[in-house]
Amino acid sequence: MIRSLHIAAKDLKAEFRTKQMLNSMVIFSLLVIVIFSVSFGDLLGDSETVSQLAPGVLWIAFTFAGMLGLSRSFASELENGCLEGLKLCPVDRSAIYTGKAISNVVIMFLVELITIPLFAVMFNYNIQGLLGLVVVIVLGTIGFISVGTLLSALTVNTGTRELLLPILLLPIIIPVIIPAVLATGKILVNGDISDISGELRLLLVYDIIFFVIAQLVFEYAIGD
Amino acid sequence: MENIVSIKGLSKAFGSHRVLKNIDLDVKKGEFITIFGPNGAGKTTLMRIMSTLVEPSAGSISIDGFNVKDDPVEIRKRIGSISHETYLYSELTAEENLRFFGRMYGMDKNHLDDRVDELIEQVGLEYRSNDRVGTFSRGMKQRLSIARALIHQPPILFLDEPYTGLDQHAASTFESVLRGLDAQNTTKIMISHNIDRSLKMCDRVLILNNGKIVFDKLRHDVGSIDDFKATYESFVHE
Repeated sequence: MIRSLHIAAKDLKAEFRTKQMLNSMVIFSLLVIVIFSVSFGDLLGDSETVSQLAPGVLWIAFTFAGMLGLSRSFASELENGCLEGLKLCPVDRSAIYTGKAISNVVIMFLVELITIPLFAVMFNYNIQGLLGLVVVIVLGTIGFISVGTLLSALTVNTGTRELLLPILLLPIIIPVIIPAVLATGKILVNGDISDISGELRLLLVYDIIFFVIAQLVFEYAIGD
Repeated sequence: MENIVSIKGLSKAFGSHRVLKNIDLDVKKGEFITIFGPNGAGKTTLMRIMSTLVEPSAGSISIDGFNVKDDPVEIRKRIGSISHETYLYSELTAEENLRFFGRMYGMDKNHLDDRVDELIEQVGLEYRSNDRVGTFSRGMKQRLSIARALIHQPPILFLDEPYTGLDQHAASTFESVLRGLDAQNTTKIMISHNIDRSLKMCDRVLILNNGKIVFDKLRHDVGSIDDFKATYESFVHE
């Protein structure tokens, strides 16, 4: 585990220096929120319509911004053959996966932290049940990143990784996105975490399944 | 002297294409061998199998007593790899790169601090140790990649085309750092196309052609560089 943390720390240090991934993810996510809020126009005055549409918009922003970041996650390891350098280190391949997943999750959380206040302003939300919303976002993000990090490694050596990653990732993460959107909608309306216990359990189960499977198959994803 | 690398009946095929064909090779502790051969001869595949990056199709390889198939992690602890790729992170400084790889080899902090200072000095990069690697010249990156490969004091060093992209001065500096390892009795296995430079460095010469070792002699039995070039041409263009 300690070596996974070293990999994550290395990735975050490099990312905070260049901010290549973070900037593009934040800008993309904010643009999605702004464009949807402008395109909904008068509908934003109807709170019932907003409560049906807005959670989906929020997760569209997270998902597509996340895919931007994931497509860069392993691509940065290709420069100077760094991925091979990592593979030559005496660490289990799953430690490399865990390290990359941790750094991807941290970057996603930062993007979400910046996106949510703008979302609340643009969609006229007075966010209640912040704790519930945080739990939904944390579980949804972990599930998304668990699969995304694996597929990022799998597609890194393909010439069309920016195209291939979403094509592979989107169908697989549907079981995470649907309960995350439903739970986000409920928590934004009621603010009561007990209303979303079913969705949270589902998210937790998917997170565990995706993380364990990804750990097991990662060695084959980065093998020659 | 005992063998530190022992290869028996090694073959590797990618699909129906056989890249390595029944290779036997023993390397003694402290020996510096250079493997020459044309493109596609199987040199890099051989190196990648010894480095545990690729699994052999048949045969066995033992490195420092460990089998590549059964104990890859133990073998990785004992090898350092230098390639034309530097394996260095451009956004990190020279020192940060070495610290990162040292931590990946499980080195404790005090030992790592001393080792980083020692290696940075050894490769002559003290004045740039806190600069990002992305700002380094090719020669400086290659010197730092030697330090990276040596951070955990491996008894075996693999060098895959290390002269690629180095000018005369950078190549000479690179060689002087390599010679500095002689006192530590480090075993060195190098793949190269640069006969002039590599022949001066090694004490055993091999030619790999079409997946087979076709020539294996001690350096002092090879003769002059021109003699060896003629020998090489005769084997490669047979």
